[in-house]
Amino acid sequence: MKNLFLLLIISLIVISLHAQETKPVSKIPSVSLKTLDGKNFNTANISNDGKPIIISFWALWCKPCQKELDAFNEHYAEWQKETGVKIYAVSIDDSRSTAKVLPLVDGKSWEFEVLLDANSDFKRAMNVNMIPHTFLLNAEGNIVSQHTSYFEGSELELYKEVKKLAGVK
Amino acid sequence: MGFSIKAQDFINNATINGSFQVDGQFYKVDEALGITDSAIGGHKIGLNGFGKITYNYGNFSAGMRYEAFLTPIAGFDPRQEGNGFPNIWANYNTDLISVTVGSFYDQFGNGLIFRTYEEWTLGYDNALNGIRIVLRPTNGITLKGLYGSQRYFWEKYEKGSRGIVRGMDAEFDINSLVSKWDDSKVRVVAGISGVSKYQKDADPLYYLPENVGTLAGRINVNVGKFGFMTEYGNKINDPSAINNYIYKGGQSILSSVSYSQKGFGVSLQAKRVDNMSYKSDRTVTANALDINFLPPINRTHAYSLTAKYPYATQPNGEAGLQFQLNYKIPKASKLGGKYGTGIAVNFSQVNDIVRNKVNDTTAIGESGTLGYTSEFFQISDKVFFRDFNIDIDHKFNAKWKAVVQYMNLYYDIATLQGHPDEEAVKANIILADVTWSFQSEKSIRFELQNMWTKQDKGDWMSALIEYTIAPKWYFTLADQYNYGNTDKNARDHYYIVSAGYTKDASRIALTYGRQSEGVLCVGGVCRQVPSSSGLTVTITTSF
Repeated sequence: MKNLFLLLIISLIVISLHAQETKPVSKIPSVSLKTLDGKNFNTANISNDGKPIIISFWALWCKPCQKELDAFNEHYAEWQKETGVKIYAVSIDDSRSTAKVLPLVDGKSWEFEVLLDANSDFKRAMNVNMIPHTFLLNAEGNIVSQHTSYFEGSELELYKEVKKLAGVK
Repeated sequence: MGFSIKAQDFINNATINGSFQVDGQFYKVDEALGITDSAIGGHKIGLNGFGKITYNYGNFSAGMRYEAFLTPIAGFDPRQEGNGFPNIWANYNTDLISVTVGSFYDQFGNGLIFRTYEEWTLGYDNALNGIRIVLRPTNGITLKGLYGSQRYFWEKYEKGSRGIVRGMDAEFDINSLVSKWDDSKVRVVAGISGVSKYQKDADPLYYLPENVGTLAGRINVNVGKFGFMTEYGNKINDPSAINNYIYKGGQSILSSVSYSQKGFGVSLQAKRVDNMSYKSDRTVTANALDINFLPPINRTHAYSLTAKYPYATQPNGEAGLQFQLNYKIPKASKLGGKYGTGIAVNFSQVNDIVRNKVNDTTAIGESGTLGYTSEFFQISDKVFFRDFNIDIDHKFNAKWKAVVQYMNLYYDIATLQGHPDEEAVKANIILADVTWSFQSEKSIRFELQNMWTKQDKGDWMSALIEYTIAPKWYFTLADQYNYGNTDKNARDHYYIVSAGYTKDASRIALTYGRQSEGVLCVGGVCRQVPSSSGLTVTITTSF
């Protein structure tokens, strides 16, 4: 009986390995989020044609998060032109305030992609303890660095890394 | 030996990540704040910590979370005390199917009938321990089925010790289902869900329903810049300690409409809750074992004085309204200046519902009866909470920027904090938050707040100065001063000194001094804190 169980596990492993061979290992876990217009969005689809990606976790009740995103927004057009970087701002606001997210995003004229993680599934999957928490992804979609908290000017440090990834001086 | 290579693959191509945090508090006696030797009672150190590890390999992932509350820090439920692995789970996930066994978190729609979640800083965790299956048979349809028992501090589930929760949810993204509607300007997402809890009736007095069912339906419509969302939830009779064992059914509705375009957004939200507490143990009144989530829709404030009187949903009945407007005065206009000026206006009010007698001989809310009747559109004159606030933010030049905020508050402290006979708090608050970036990575932030009120503890003021060196260091000095307390001996200062260092996703922060209750935002992050005096240490990391 024990051997049968072992055999079963081994065959399961072998099968899953074969099934996996074609798929690259991505460091971004697959979690279903919502876009601001109510569509489903799977985080496995976070991509940017081989250019760097920034993922930033924020919430309406978090002032430093909004300061960080305001700072990103101020430079975004310039950053995109220079490096092609794409920013995803993931709101962890729950149903008490999801309805307030879109007016705030538009009211602040934020230009980047905003996703709703209403039950913190993506936050948990990415092991975010405190916000703001920002991830930088390379061309292959692997996490190359992450940072928690925001102080005035932190965005410049981050952009240096983005430039390095994009090969821009 | 093809397999041994494969087995290595299982290790090499897998990723392991996780996170870790310890919050420690070292208390000292502070008689002015009422923290005496006997109040501490030998409880000189509080330590809350967790470590979480997740293993990912292709479509498979598994993880566990260890927690130790030895002893829990002040303000946490004493039943948190303990250590062990409360959460262990494994998941297999493809485009078609996702199966989870162990502890998991999920919600149906807005959570009106089902939501499990955890909030570390609050010590809240109602995880479902069981099995969940999610099916996506075709693009646009998501079906969920789940069952299990909920986490109740460290109490293990045993036969009959608490209820069993079972639920199903179906969501349809109409535009994805009908190919010619794929590019339509009108987007419709609709969902329906049902939950049932089973708990044995062991009551000596009443004949109680052992299976309590809830049903909810929701729809989300977007037409260009307009958005509309509504969800309605209904519960059959569920006599419990919270509703004083009445046999009335429950209802809740949450709706919102919004319009927004670049530079301008408005949203209006309304909700009604009537006897909608839904717990997997009918005898529990504490903040635990909730199956559903009734969102408080008012704004969650981020500054210490504006967050002093936060609202909490009244599950037995409330009717509320919320309005939010965001506008950005464009760049290069007269009022906007070089960078534009942001304006946010927010209003919310929550009243009680009207309850009428079931018949002439039954008092309203009498145990063992139908309790009361309530007309859907009748709203009581009794106000629980009202909040009107305006924010203006402006960047003057590359070095200076500021936020100013005004808030007018009405807070029924008798109901919301259970202080009967106390007069409702009526307060005005003004604050300014100014940042001076004198070098590209060095800046100083000043915060000044004042609260005027004649009720509760009277007037408060708060001042803060913070020096930051991006992206690693911060140093903060702050004081909250209760200068308007009618009791002259209670006009206390709540001073703190704080410093922290962040590298990548690791952070260590030390705070010494007195903390009053509320949401505290220091050094780049926000968390909820109880009142205390002494030294606080937080160490956190993710990998």
